[in-house]
Amino acid sequence: MTIRYTKDHEWIRLDGAVATVGISEYAQSQLGDIVFVDLPEPGKKVDAGDEVAVVESVKAASEVYAPVGGEVTEKNQAIIDDPSLVNQSPMAEGWFVKMKISDPDALDALMDQAAYDAYLKTL
Amino acid sequence: MGDTAENLKTTPLHALHRELGARMVPFAGYEMPVQYPTGILTEHKHTRAAAGLFDVSHMGQVRIAGADPAKALEALVPGDLIALDVGRMRYTVFTNDAAGILDDLMVNKRDRDLFVIVNAACKEQDIAHMRSNLKGCEVEHLQDRALLALQGPQAVAVLARLNSALPAMSFGMGATLALGKFEGFVTRSGYTGEDGFEISVPDSQAEELARWLLAQPEVKPIGLGARDSLRLEAGLCLYGHDIDTTTTPIEAGLAWTISKRRREEGGYPGAAIVQKQLAEGVARKRVGIRPDGRAPAREGTEILSDRNERIGVITSGGFGPSVDAPIAMGYVATAYAKPETPLGLVVRGKALPAKVSTLPFITKRYAKA
Repeated sequence: MTIRYTKDHEWIRLDGAVATVGISEYAQSQLGDIVFVDLPEPGKKVDAGDEVAVVESVKAASEVYAPVGGEVTEKNQAIIDDPSLVNQSPMAEGWFVKMKISDPDALDALMDQAAYDAYLKTL
Repeated sequence: MGDTAENLKTTPLHALHRELGARMVPFAGYEMPVQYPTGILTEHKHTRAAAGLFDVSHMGQVRIAGADPAKALEALVPGDLIALDVGRMRYTVFTNDAAGILDDLMVNKRDRDLFVIVNAACKEQDIAHMRSNLKGCEVEHLQDRALLALQGPQAVAVLARLNSALPAMSFGMGATLALGKFEGFVTRSGYTGEDGFEISVPDSQAEELARWLLAQPEVKPIGLGARDSLRLEAGLCLYGHDIDTTTTPIEAGLAWTISKRRREEGGYPGAAIVQKQLAEGVARKRVGIRPDGRAPAREGTEILSDRNERIGVITSGGFGPSVDAPIAMGYVATAYAKPETPLGLVVRGKALPAKVSTLPFITKRYAKA
């Protein structure tokens, strides 16, 4: 199992052929109380960097970008029903979408945990 | 004191905000707390359930003295200040010659002067405006005073510990009072739709008073984020968003701030336009809006009619924590201003269904006399 992060604070975790995407602990803490999540329908194809979801906190809307290219295979209905799950558990229950990714090697371009932790220290 | 972004001013509570773990943001030239670690939802709900302490020291506090300051100030605002009793306060607006709104303000009538609170972003301009137009009056900018707001149903019980006479004060009243060892000008007023008080104290007393208040079990610190969601639920205008120089008091639904005498006599900038709008109606009106779904519609969102014509724009929009739904205010063509009128809100390219709503979105709970 591999986890990688983007500079926009999305994470992507690869379990065999299935990738799960969410936003980091840092991202949820910066957004504050999340009150709405808009997720794509399964079947949507995205390139790396495409907008894949929208999260709205009390204050503002923010986009979530696809860390790598692929096809959305599942959306997390639980965070649509209870957006505060993203605040409570951003790395687990608060995942956004599952994806079939086109090129597993694309993950190599993203940050691993150590690199992301170092990146957070520069912010 | 910690680092402050360049050129931003701070209030006397700046160090306390940092100590409390606030997230600080630039606002109207000041570095202000937008939220504390518990977050906006919790702060908002706490204010409606108990008591929230807000630092609003960035706002302008102005004393107007002279032979008849109420009469003098009436030349700049449509509010009836002559009829205002000593000890009472009134909400009004500065208008320009086109009846556009230059700022909104609270005017407290006191024995010998008026005590006026204006918005932080407009205060320099407002003070210059008053100094050049209020003949025979002294316009004093009280730059050495902080302003704390204690809002919520338990605010009165908290402050009664400092002055047992406070529960007898009605909403919309103000007085210079001792609060224990502190002394301030206290009004029963606020910007949340709840009962509450605003307390003007010398800068030197502000932090100690704030610490005393925060030590009371009912009181938590509240940032600008929840201040905004609370006032939006209460249907109250935010200057620069819901009202500005392009909106008139009548379009903004503020006709209630203009008395019969002032409607008839005029005598403030733009009065002829206000009189015409009162007689003939306006082309657009400020309304409350409830999206049908869960997606908030933010400021700037286009409003469509049920036939997809563009009929207005949202001026404040977000999520109402106590309503537990998205809420907004905006201007729509008058034909679409009736409650329950179906609207479309263009969010991320899609027209989301919504309806015109009555304001406020929550029941106001101001203390009656």
